[in-house]
Formats: sequence, structure tokens, C-alpha cells
Amino acid sequence: MSKNVLDDGVVGRGNKDGAALFREWFQELHQVAENEGPSAYVFVMGSMAEILRVFDLPIVFPEITSLQMAVRRVAHEYLSDAEDYGYSPDICGYVKADVAMQLRNGEHPMGRIPKPTIGVYTNACNTYIKWAEIWERMYNIPIFTFDVPGTRAAGTQTWPGDLDFENDHRYVLAQTKELIALCEEITGLKFDIDKLREIMGHANRMSRGWKRVLELNQSRPSLFNALTDGTIYLGVANSFRGTEAGAKYFEDLVEEMEYKAANGIGTLTDEQYRLIFVGVPCYPIFRRFNEMFTNLNGTFINSTYLWFASGGTNLGFEYDLDRPLESLAEGILINVRDAMDSMFFQDRILIDMIDTYHADGVVYHPIKSCRTTSTGMADNRRALMAARDVPSLFIESDMMDRRVVSEAQLKNRIDAFFEGLATRKQQAVIAA
Amino acid sequence: MTKQVFTEWQDQPLEEILYECRELVEDADFPTVRRWREAGGKVVGHFQVYFPEEIVHAAGMLPFKVRGAPIESVQADSRFGSYLCSILKTSLELVLSKRIELEMFVTHPICDAARNLAAVWGRNYSYPCEILYLPQNANSNFAAEYLRGEYERLKRGVEKIVGREITEEDLRHSLTVFNENRALLREIYAIKKESPWLISTDEAYVLVSVGGLIPREEHNDLLRTVIPLIKKRTTKPQDKIRVVFEGGFCEQPPLDLIRTIGRSCYVVDDDLLIGMRWILEDVPLNGKDPLYNLAEAYLEKSSYSPVQHDLRKPKEKMLLKRIENAGATAAIITAAKMCEPGLEEQVAYTHCLDDENIAYFVSEFEENMTSFDSLEIQLETFVENLLFD
Repeated sequence: MSKNVLDDGVVGRGNKDGAALFREWFQELHQVAENEGPSAYVFVMGSMAEILRVFDLPIVFPEITSLQMAVRRVAHEYLSDAEDYGYSPDICGYVKADVAMQLRNGEHPMGRIPKPTIGVYTNACNTYIKWAEIWERMYNIPIFTFDVPGTRAAGTQTWPGDLDFENDHRYVLAQTKELIALCEEITGLKFDIDKLREIMGHANRMSRGWKRVLELNQSRPSLFNALTDGTIYLGVANSFRGTEAGAKYFEDLVEEMEYKAANGIGTLTDEQYRLIFVGVPCYPIFRRFNEMFTNLNGTFINSTYLWFASGGTNLGFEYDLDRPLESLAEGILINVRDAMDSMFFQDRILIDMIDTYHADGVVYHPIKSCRTTSTGMADNRRALMAARDVPSLFIESDMMDRRVVSEAQLKNRIDAFFEGLATRKQQAVIAA
Repeated sequence: MTKQVFTEWQDQPLEEILYECRELVEDADFPTVRRWREAGGKVVGHFQVYFPEEIVHAAGMLPFKVRGAPIESVQADSRFGSYLCSILKTSLELVLSKRIELEMFVTHPICDAARNLAAVWGRNYSYPCEILYLPQNANSNFAAEYLRGEYERLKRGVEKIVGREITEEDLRHSLTVFNENRALLREIYAIKKESPWLISTDEAYVLVSVGGLIPREEHNDLLRTVIPLIKKRTTKPQDKIRVVFEGGFCEQPPLDLIRTIGRSCYVVDDDLLIGMRWILEDVPLNGKDPLYNLAEAYLEKSSYSPVQHDLRKPKEKMLLKRIENAGATAAIITAAKMCEPGLEEQVAYTHCLDDENIAYFVSEFEENMTSFDSLEIQLETFVENLLFD
């Protein structure tokens, strides 16, 4: 690759284009809201974008609209409104921020968000179900639980041809057809299998790219920060899934990362510590939270977030376009199951990540808002420590509620963690 | 297994029977489970809310309802984060402290915390620890067929533990035992509803609760004995308001809290241990096959709870129906601390009750709480307001 690729703006293109696409998506939603058009509310773990796009339904991700409120420092206003409405301080902050946004007629710091015409959600997070029930009550709209059975016990995933996999697959396929019928009913449009095939083709290109981007960060120095840059990529992976723009974005991103890998261009000028992040980021102080690590020359090379919050796209699963419905159901089952595995059975995944990415440490970030990702973390850490001699840090805060984010305390813990990492490094040098 | 594990109540007068049941329910060492094991029996622990116990029963094992306990979470605390309900921690504490020993543990996708239990448990124990994926899309045309397959998978796992096949005959026998059990529990609830002065809230609770700790045949013997005795009581009705208690579907309130509520009101219906009463009618013994019948009953002949989504059963509408069917004039809407589904449902319930102009009392509880004075005063004030309104 010639040097002028850099001059053409390849390096940093992923972040720039990602931010532009993200703004474009919000702008589109704003227009839909202004025109009182239809929209589908979905979630990141199993968005069903492939089906919904066949029916030209604009897609809203309430998790993303909520987290943007935290990033833009207004979440507390929304949380307070929802608590006044009756919601407990002890439930998911995303839900409360969204409820308050609905009560404010879609008012959002990035524009207005349309009301839902339909809610489609998997069981990857149980709160999705309770959340959708709120829209059902508020707007009297159809909601569809897309039930995707997960892994029953650690290490017992089943695959095509297995009796239990086929039972799950038939269930998922039946629901795929039922969702299509519901979409036909609410939009008045007939299902077009060729359009589905085309959308699935875009999704295939994106999956291929996402998997490759993650793999490329095994490079030393690492090419992107999984916590900050990764969140931008994740935003595109979700909001542009099944589109030409989304597919092209990831192909370009692969090109950028391959260029950076070939030229040794890292995300930090002096990468000392390669870390893995477990959980959901601390959005109320997103930039400063990351800087607590990067200022000490630590960077996040991978995270479970990039796995589960991409709905399992990390697997790189590609649909068989010759049998679109069956393959779509198979992909939904395998991807969403993997997203759940990245939360519930993550110890095995982390052990593998430590080895392949040559990690120096693991940072666990359980949060008050999310039992799905946080419940098993402490036990997970015990298992990880027993399996690998890698230091870990366990810091609690929240992804939405700044009332439970103690910045000074976080910094103290992080500083101490880095002191430990430094000592370890010195000892390793002496021992060598 | 024919050895009886709960004999203390036998040949006793009603008050003594109720005392023994209370003692058993409050005993965090679970002596009946221990006796079962000492006699060579095997135990499957299943977490709240609903579990198809018939499948485990058909294999000759004891289905033990894991629903926490009022104990301190000493070892389990280090396995969990901070913002969690108590039942999750104390359930694991039961095994870590060796109060309970199991051959298998099963949890369900009832909530985000409970689903994590299989992985946590499995990292600490080598016996099978798994999630039974009860269908979350109860409205799919394929849900019953899928659940039949899931029950078949569970059956294979149980067969591996006992080392023998569970036959259709075994299953039909278990369905018969559990059908009788559910019918007897319905009788207890009919008494609560029709003559609440004959059975106090805590008495009814312990009679139901014991069922999760002993073989169901023994529970049936117990209920067959006490129901006629309860009906013969000569207690006079009191001027108490009739309420429905909602919020006891998973973590259980302490018995003293239930007793406290019973002092102020007649609890004529509730969702306490709803999993044991989930199926509302007899499961057919004939037809397609026993596993399918059991799966279909879960979906089609069942109660409601905040942890099952079914478009046909909007929770707040179901609560109104429960209040109406029970002839209640008010509701006690509780949730266990940190219970996300319970806390979320509270909002829907209270808004709906506001719309319907039905009085309600809102509260939170924890299985480990020991002080009820303040709650009692608040509840009495609520009741007085209604009585003298």
C-alpha cells in the first residue's frame, strides 16, 4: 500500500466516517419524527434489521439513544423525570431515560426521536421485554418477543444437525415467519424475499468486516481502542446493519486497520499495557474514564462489549443466500446466542482473548443499571484468576446514572492497578 | 424412594400441624432434603419461578424449590456484584455453606440476574447446572412444540443422573400426583377467598411452601389431612378489608412480614410462590404425549407473573381480574429490593389501579428483613383510611 493512502485520509477514516454516519442516522430519525412517520424500536442484541429493512421501517435503538443522553451529560434530567413518574432508582437507567424521552414527546439532545409503530426485541436481555411492555402500554402498539434460546450450560453449544439445535432452529424460524407476517400487517407491504437476500448480502459483508477488524487488533501496537473507537464502530454496526453504507464502512475500516497494522501505527504513541474491558462503558464520564487508562499508557485491545453489543456479529457468521429464511433463522440463533454467551459464560471467552491478544490485564466494570452483564462478573473474575496469571481490576459504577459514578474513587483504584502492572513488568524483566 | 421425610405433623391436631409446617419452612438447614439424601435419594434444585417438577419426580428424584433463605450471604457475596436481589445470593449460599447438596441445578430466564445463576453455579460445582429456556414468546404458534423439545432435553439430562429411562408411564404417574397437588392447593386458595377467617395468610403460605421441600405425595397427604380440619374451624369473621398481595412471585417475604399483613387484612389472593400454582387446571393424562401436555399447560392453562410475557395476559389487567375474582377492595403491591421485573411492574400496577380508583399500598421487602414495626404502622394507617373513608 502506498504512503499516499495515509495522505488520502485512510488513517482516522473509521472514526470520521462513523461519526458522520451516526449523525446521518439521527438526522433521519429526526425527520421521521417531524413527519410523524413509522419506526421500529429494536435492541442491539438481535435487532432483526434484516427483516425490518425489507419493510422500509426506520430503526430506532433505544439503548443507543439513551446512552447518548449520558454521553451528552443530560441523562440525569431524564432519569429524574422517570423516577418522578414512579420508576425505582434501582432499575435500568436506559429504560428510565427512554421513558422520560417518550414523556417528553421524543425530545433528545441529538434531535427528535419518532414514536414506535412496533417494538421488536429478543430475550437476550430480559429488560428488553419489560421495556417493550412499557411502549405497548404507552402507545398501544404491537410488540414482538423474538425468543432466541441461549446456551444452556457452559461449553454445551449445539450446532446444525444436533437434535437440540434443530428444536431451537425450528422455533426461531417459526418466529421469523411470524414477524414477517406482522410486518406485512402493520406496513401493508408484501414481503419481498429478493430484497431480504440483498439486505442479508450487505449484512454478510459487515459481519466479515467486523470479525476481521477485531482480529486485526491483535497487532502490537493495537490499532484502535476498543472502548472509545470501538464504540463508534459498534454504533455503525448496529444502526447500519443490512445497508450498503454499513457494509462499505466496514470494508473501508478493514482497509484502514490493515494499513495501520502494516505500518505499525498504533492507537497510543507508547503502548505499555494491553487491556481487555469487560462490561458496558461508563458513559456519564466517557472520555475521562478512558483517559484514566490511556494517560498511564494502557489501552483496550478488545472488550466483551464489542461482542455482545454487536449482537454476536463478532463471529463473522455469513448467511447462505440460497436459502434465506432458514439461514436467517440459523444466523439469528447463533449470533444472539453468542451475544448472550459473551455475558453469561464470558470466562472462557476471556481466557481465549488473553491468549490471542496478549493482554496484560482485564478490567471488569459491573454497573448498577445492568444485571445482565454485571451479575456474574465477580465469580467470573475468580474463575479467570484461577485459569490465568493476569491481573484484573473490578470497578463498579454505572452507564447512565452519574449519582453512582465516583470519579475520584475510580481514579484511585485505576492508579493502584497500574502500579501493580508496572511492578509486575519490572519483576518480569528481572526474572528474565 | 418411599421413606417419608416429614413426619412431625402426623397424628397431630391442626394447630400443631401448622406449627410444624412453620418450623420446617423457617428452617434454613432444610432437614427434609437432608433426610431424603440420607436415605439415598437424589435432588434437583430448581430456581424460582416455574419448573416442570413432574419430569424430575418421574425419575424418582426430589425436585427442591430453590427460593433463597433468610440467611447471611457469607461466601456467596464474593461471587456477585453489589446491586442484586437477596434471593440470588442466599440461594447460592445454601450450597456453598453445604446446607443443601444437589445432583443438578436448573435456573430459568426469568430475569437478567437469575439467568446468570447457571453460569455462576456451574463454575463452582461440577454437577449439571443449566438454564431451562422456558419460551419467552408464549404467543408463537410453535412455542408449545418448542417447549416439548426443551422438556425432552431436560428429561435426557435427568435420565443421565439416575441412570435409567423415564417412561411415559412414569410421567403420567407424576402428572397424576401433581394434578392432585394443584387441586389441593386450589382448595386452600378457595378457603382463603371464601372464608379468609378460617385460615390466616401465614398459615396458608406455610402449607403451600412446604410443598417445595418434600415429596409431593407427602404434601398431598398433608393437605388432604389439614383441609377438612381448617373447614371445621369455628373462627368468627372479623371486620378486616380484603386485599390482594402482589410481588411474591420470586423472592419470598419473611414469614413475619406475611403474618404482619395478615393481622391488618384478609389476603384473599396473592402471587406468593406462584410457580407452584402456575398451572391452573389438571394437565391431561391422555392425548398427544405427557411432555407435550405439560408444555401446553404451561402456556395455555396458566397464571401470570411479571417474568412471563404473554400478549394475552397484560399484567395490570390480570391483576384487576385477580382483585375482582377475589372480591378484594384493595391491593398490596410489593417488590423485592433490587428485583428489576417486580419494580418495573409496580409502576404499571399502580398507574392502572389509579385509573380504576382502587386503593393500594406500595412497599418493598427483602427476605432478610427483621423489623416490621414501621411497615405495620403504615399498613394500619392505610387500612384505617379505607375502613373509615
